[in-house]
Amino acid sequence: MIALKTFKKGGVHPEENKISAHAPIQKLPFPKQAIVPLGQNLGAPSKPLVKRGDEVKTGQLIAKAEGFIAANLHSPFTGKVLKVDDAIDSSGYRRPAIYIDVQEDEKWEEGIDTSEAVVREIKADKQTIIDQIKQCGIVGLGGATFPTHVKLMIPDGKKAEYLIINGVECEPYLTSDHRLMLEKGEEMLIGIKILMKALEVEKAIVGIENNKPDAINHLTELAKQYVGISIQPLKVKYPQGGEKQLIKATVNREVPSGKLPIEVGCVVSNVGTAVAVYEAVQKNKPLIERVVTVTGKAVKKPSNFMVRVGTPVQMLIDAAEGLPENTGKIINGGPMMGKAITSLEVPIVKGSSGILLMKNEESKRGIPQTCIRCSKCTVACPMGLEPFLLAKMAKLSLYERAESEKIMDCIECGSCQFTCPSNLPLLDFLRLGKNKVGQLIRSRK
Amino acid sequence: MNEVLMYALITLGLLGTIAAVILYFVAQKFKVVEDPKIDLVDEVLPKANCGGCGFPGCRSFAEALVKSANEKHSLEGLNCPVGGNEVMKEAASILGLEVEEQEPLIAVIRCNGSRANSPAKVNYDGPSTCAFAHNLYAGEGGCQYGCLGLGDCVASCDFDAIHMNPETGLPVVNDKCVACGACVKACPRGIIELRPKGKKDRRIFVSCINQDKGGIAKKNCEVACIGCSKCFKVCPFDAITMNNNLAYIDPVKCKLCRKCVEVCPTNAIHEINFPVRKKKAETAEEVVETKTTMTVTHDTKSDPQKDSQS
Repeated sequence: MIALKTFKKGGVHPEENKISAHAPIQKLPFPKQAIVPLGQNLGAPSKPLVKRGDEVKTGQLIAKAEGFIAANLHSPFTGKVLKVDDAIDSSGYRRPAIYIDVQEDEKWEEGIDTSEAVVREIKADKQTIIDQIKQCGIVGLGGATFPTHVKLMIPDGKKAEYLIINGVECEPYLTSDHRLMLEKGEEMLIGIKILMKALEVEKAIVGIENNKPDAINHLTELAKQYVGISIQPLKVKYPQGGEKQLIKATVNREVPSGKLPIEVGCVVSNVGTAVAVYEAVQKNKPLIERVVTVTGKAVKKPSNFMVRVGTPVQMLIDAAEGLPENTGKIINGGPMMGKAITSLEVPIVKGSSGILLMKNEESKRGIPQTCIRCSKCTVACPMGLEPFLLAKMAKLSLYERAESEKIMDCIECGSCQFTCPSNLPLLDFLRLGKNKVGQLIRSRK
Repeated sequence: MNEVLMYALITLGLLGTIAAVILYFVAQKFKVVEDPKIDLVDEVLPKANCGGCGFPGCRSFAEALVKSANEKHSLEGLNCPVGGNEVMKEAASILGLEVEEQEPLIAVIRCNGSRANSPAKVNYDGPSTCAFAHNLYAGEGGCQYGCLGLGDCVASCDFDAIHMNPETGLPVVNDKCVACGACVKACPRGIIELRPKGKKDRRIFVSCINQDKGGIAKKNCEVACIGCSKCFKVCPFDAITMNNNLAYIDPVKCKLCRKCVEVCPTNAIHEINFPVRKKKAETAEEVVETKTTMTVTHDTKSDPQKDSQS
């Protein structure tokens, strides 16, 4: 048997625990009150266009992009704006948000096609596609929420050769992309075609890990009708969903340190983003909902939900038949890169991919011991860094040295901390170091 | 035999002379002219090398003092917080100048979100540094402005002047504080402020920096400043300013009349080292409490806090 493709350097294989893989995507009922945070994308937060008392329709533009790396925000519900005020978000801090009092009967903004029919013919040209994606506020749904239209504007002198679609979903537990590939495969492939047209590339590769054979078979069958799109099964290895790891695994190219994937002729996008692009361009539907997995070993009904942005986490947990009694941590995202949230009022945003309810005993951190110099973290690091050294430097505030040791290349995948036999909080200190070094770099400008 | 000895002596003597001549010219060429006053001034500085003056160490501060005296004929803007007025006067007399008396400062903790006042809603189990916890979340009590209680200020103090009170989970400053400002820089939330020590060590300050609206602030912490402006209205000296739902007392304008302390509905304004009040039983109790906690921490500063440091 020929070995499956994967990236070379580092990586770990945590327990997969994809317990919600067979739960079809369900629509979630609307909440009574929605909180739509203004900072849902990487870069500048959006500027609100509505004020207290305004009536909004579903899909109406309620906050405008400010700056280059920014995205529009649309109302996910029909209702009345209660206020524009601070609200606690997944960062644990209070940030500006729009509160909407939700009405039961929904009115869509005019010009949005809400039918289920698949529109196959791509009429729009390159510029229209990019404008439409910008207008509809599409951001990368893999988690980083980078505005997609910025990604599609390739700088002068650079040429994209490959569009790589991330269907890897290497985070344990999460199944939202998996379900989306199974249930919206056709829409996704059309979305990929649209992205290919916008980027003017001939080849697109969908990378899918081998633990999703049903998705691989389904898409391979569908992709026969779409020229240029190939489905690439990959070996199961974390963090294959990382942009740089996925490029290495699919086209065997290495992105230089501190550079973007376009440097090696690649643009990477998520499967969820491809579906959102399809809906934006073919149906004029803005990004107001996404698939969120609610899962955990003690959860009664692990599920995948199609959730409108602004829905509180509480509703998702209720729909999965309640919070298990021995829940120790509620994590926004997967177990490797996700972050514990401190309140159930936290709303779902464009970047939420899953809600993981961890049992008390599995959520506990081990007691940190001294570093035994086993070099496991160095072996596991997919970026070829020395996490133990960088963590130490961050701890001792040696930020200049940490910078020269390429701390900024860290993708925060957490493989080092996962593999550490001494339970050292390596990733925590790396994040702290990255934050400080980032400040240092910005202060030089 | 004698001949051998003679050759050796001549050779060594010649080599020595040549080396001496070379060294003489090298020394002339690379001579460092240093003002002798720098040494004298350096002599009187406290040698704490804390950086409280804004210079990397006492030697650099001595150089800066001498430079300022030579160029501007004044020592304005330069102050050694550790040595205080005595050291500055001594240094000035060496340089033949006068210095204005500076009011001594002390670090104050502008947060009273103790375990009782702001009960923990979540548990934090990450690395025990405030800098990291600050990046991660609002805090166990839910106040995103308040003390995280992980002791970055304690670790930064070179003078053994700040310790965690294990009961309240808040840092306490003792008399050893020299106002070097290391803790002010170390605190990621900017809770610590250097304020004048005040007459008879008495001072009044708002022990809160929460800028949330009243309801939210109060929900997270019993003793938060809710921005009601009562103190602002009652102050006869215009010492209080209101900004973003938060009162701030200007230590220069404040005449320590304590009217604001009486009207504050959440007891967010603290008075320190004042005699016990007679009139109102309620507020008097409050003062006794603050006084006792102060004295307790003065006595036990060395032993129990060691655990919280590690």
